[in-house]
Amino acid sequence: MSLDFSKNHFELFALPMAFAIDAERLDHAYRGIQAEIHPDKFAHAGAAEQRLSMQWSTRVNEAYQTLRKPFERARYLLQLHGVDAMDANNTAMPADFLMQQMEWREALQDAQSARDLSALQGLERDLQSYANDLQGRLASLLDEQNNYAEAGDVLRKVRFMDKLLEEIDATYEAIE
Amino acid sequence: MALLQISEPGLSTAPHQHRLAVGIDLGTTNSLVATVRNGVSVVLNDAKGHSLLPSVVRYHADGSTTVGLDAQTQAALDPHNTINSVKRFMGRGVKDIPDISTLPFQFVDLPGMVQLKTVAGVKSPVEVSAEILKVLKARAEAALGGDLVGAVITVPAYFDDAQRQATKDAAKVAGLNVLRLLNEPTAAAIAYGLDNAAEGIYAVYDLGGGTFDISILKLTKGVFEVLATNGDSALGGDDFDRRIYCWMLERAGLHTLTDHDKTLLMARARAAKETLSDHAQTQITAVLDSGEIIDLELNEQAFNDMTDSLVNKTLVPTRKALRDAGLQASDVKGVVMVGGSTRIPRIQAAVGEFFSAGGGNCMPLTNLDPDKVVALGAAIQANVLAGNKAGDEWLLLDVVPLSLGLETMGGLTEKIIPRNATIPTARAQEFTTFKDGQTAMSIHVVQGERELVADCRSLARFELRGIPPMVAGAARIRVTFQVDADGLLSVTARELGTGIEAHIAVKPSYGLSDDQVAGMLRDSYAHAQDDMDARNLAEARVDARRLVEATEAALAENGAVLLNADELGAIEKCITDLKLALQGADLAAVKRATEVLNKGTVEFAARRMDQSVKKALTGHKLDELEF
Repeated sequence: MSLDFSKNHFELFALPMAFAIDAERLDHAYRGIQAEIHPDKFAHAGAAEQRLSMQWSTRVNEAYQTLRKPFERARYLLQLHGVDAMDANNTAMPADFLMQQMEWREALQDAQSARDLSALQGLERDLQSYANDLQGRLASLLDEQNNYAEAGDVLRKVRFMDKLLEEIDATYEAIE
Repeated sequence: MALLQISEPGLSTAPHQHRLAVGIDLGTTNSLVATVRNGVSVVLNDAKGHSLLPSVVRYHADGSTTVGLDAQTQAALDPHNTINSVKRFMGRGVKDIPDISTLPFQFVDLPGMVQLKTVAGVKSPVEVSAEILKVLKARAEAALGGDLVGAVITVPAYFDDAQRQATKDAAKVAGLNVLRLLNEPTAAAIAYGLDNAAEGIYAVYDLGGGTFDISILKLTKGVFEVLATNGDSALGGDDFDRRIYCWMLERAGLHTLTDHDKTLLMARARAAKETLSDHAQTQITAVLDSGEIIDLELNEQAFNDMTDSLVNKTLVPTRKALRDAGLQASDVKGVVMVGGSTRIPRIQAAVGEFFSAGGGNCMPLTNLDPDKVVALGAAIQANVLAGNKAGDEWLLLDVVPLSLGLETMGGLTEKIIPRNATIPTARAQEFTTFKDGQTAMSIHVVQGERELVADCRSLARFELRGIPPMVAGAARIRVTFQVDADGLLSVTARELGTGIEAHIAVKPSYGLSDDQVAGMLRDSYAHAQDDMDARNLAEARVDARRLVEATEAALAENGAVLLNADELGAIEKCITDLKLALQGADLAAVKRATEVLNKGTVEFAARRMDQSVKKALTGHKLDELEF
C-alpha cells in the first residue's frame, strides 16, 4: 500500500522544519488537504477509499493539532532531533523555578478561596507573560542556536506553566 | 428561501442520475425529513400538509403502531403504550432518567439500555425510534418517487457514544442507509451559513425538546470548523413543561393522579408554555378523572420566575464552550437560535444579553424557522454525501463532544482522546501486564470529563485474550481508539512484541449487541410481511452498483495516469465480474464479487489519495504567489 505516512508533519504541510511557524500557511495547507481527503468527500465511494480517507484525515488532523500548539510543536521538533524532552526519568527542575511555582500556586489557592476574580485575572496575566517569555527563548534555542538539550529544559518549564494555566481555567469555572 | 444553487440534474454534464437522499431531524418532541429539490432544501410534508411529525409512537395489541399526531392526540387514552420523548432514553439506563416516577411508562429494570413494556411486547428505545424513522422514510419515498440511497440523521452535539450508536442502530432497524450522523448545531450552521454567506465566529444555541447544545464555529470561505461544543443531553423544553406541571399540582393541591391525568396535565402544561411565547398570560383548564376541574391562570412573569434556573443552566455550558474555544462572548458575531424552545422570549433575551456582555450588540438570529433549520441543513449535507455534485464545495470539521478514556488503577480515568478533538481522530496508548504469565486483560472504556470513573459514562468493557504468557511488565499491549466522522468510537488492541492481535470481546454498557440489532431487523420485517432475503439482495445490489459507479468514475478520472496496463486490466476484470453477478439473483455471489472489487481497488485508492494530497499542496503554493 502506498499510503505515504513516512513524511513528517512539517513535510506533510510543505512547511519548513522550524519552531517559528506561519500559522496562516499551516491553516491554509491543512484545509486544502482536508478538502481533498475528508471522509465527507468519500461517503459515496467504495469501502477501500472510505477507509483510506478516514486514515488520511485522522493523520492530517493529528499533524495539524501537533503543529498548531507551541508546546506540542516544540516537543515534536525535539523528537525529530532525537531528544525526548518529556522523558519520565528526566524530572530535575531548577530550585528557583520550583519556588516560583509554589508561590504562584499559593496565590491561586488564595484567589480561589477568596473567590477573588480580579486577583485571578492578575495572576493569569503574570503567568501568561512568563509563558510568553519562555516561548521566545524556546524559539531562539530551537531555530537559531540549535541547542536542543537546553530547549528540552525550557520545554519542561513550559509544561509546568501550561498546567498552571489549565488550573486557572478550572478555577474560573469553580468561582462562577 | 434559497440556500444553495445547484444545477438541475440532467442539465449538468454529470452522467449520473440525481441520487435521492434526505436529512432527518430525529427530535425529542418532533421529527422532520427534508431533501434538496431543484437546488433548494425543502422540508417534506405528509399527505395532510404537516411537516412536523410528533415523535410519539403508540403500540397496539396486534403489534401494529400509530405514529405522529394521531398517537399524540390520543396519548391520554392509552398512556402506557404511547411512548413520547423516547430520545431521552436512547443509550440510557433506568437510573439515568431523573424524573422516572412522573412518567406513565412501564420500565423493565434490567442492566443496560432501558426497555419499555408495551401491549405489543417489550420495546427498546431503538425500536421505538425506528418506528418514527420508518414513517419519515415512507414519507420521503412517496414524495420523491423512489428508493433513498441514504440519509443524514442528526444527533445532539453533546450525545455520547452510546446515544449516537443507538441512533445509528435505529436507522438500521428502519432500513435506512446512514450516510452520516451529523451534529444538530452543525447542521443548523450549514443551513444558516450557506444561506447568509456568513463569515466569522458564530455560536449555535440549540434548545430542543429534551437536549441542549451550544457549538462555537468558525466560518471561513466554505469551511465550517467547530471550535468547541458543550451542552446538557438532559435539558430541554420538556423541563419547562414539567415546571408548569409541578406548579399546577402545587396550585391545585393535587397529590394522587391517574396516568391519564398525568398525560393530560403535561399536554396542558406544554400548550400553556407555547401560548406564553406570544401572549402575556394564559388560562389552563382540565377535567380530571375524578371529575375535579382545574382552572388556573398563568402569566409570563410567573412562568419566567419558575423557569429562570433552567435558562441559567444553559449559560453554564455556553461559558465552558467559549472558554474551550479560547474566545470571549464579544468575539461572537451572531448566535443562530435552533429548537422550538428558543421561541420563549425570556430565552432570546437571556442569550442576547449574554453575548452582548462587554458592550457588544449580538442579537440572536431567528430568521430561519428554529423547528426546521436542522433538517434543512442535514438535507444539504445528505445531497453532497450522496454524490450529487453541489455548485459550491464546502468542508465540515466537527469535534468529539466529550473526552474518551480508560479506567486505570484506583478507579481513575485516563483520558485518551480529549474533548473538542477534530474528527476523525485516533490515539494509541500502551499497557502492560500486572502478573507473570497473565494472558488476559480487561479494559473499561468511559466517556466524560471527571477524574473518577464512577462519575463518567461507561461505554463498554473489553476483554483482551490470547496475550502470550510473559513475565509481568514484559507484554506491550497497544490499545488504539479511533473516532470516525460519525463521532463513533472503535477500539482495537494488539500485543506489540509478538504482533499477536488480541481477541476483543465487547460488552456495551448501554448499547445493543450486533445480534440484538439483527434480531430487531428480522422482527421488523416479519411484521411487515417483507421478505428478508429479497431485502438483503436489494441492499447488496445497491451497494454493488454504487461501488461499480464509484470505481468507474475513479478510473475515468485518473486510472490512465495512476495504473499500468496490467493493473487497469485487473480492476476492469473485477468490474466485469461484479456486473455479471448483478445479472443473477445470488446474494452470496454479489457480495463475493463486491468484496473482490473492494480488495482489488485498495492500491488504486491509496494512489488516488496521495495524488489528492499532492494536488492540495500544489494548489496551495499557487495561492501563495498571489500574496
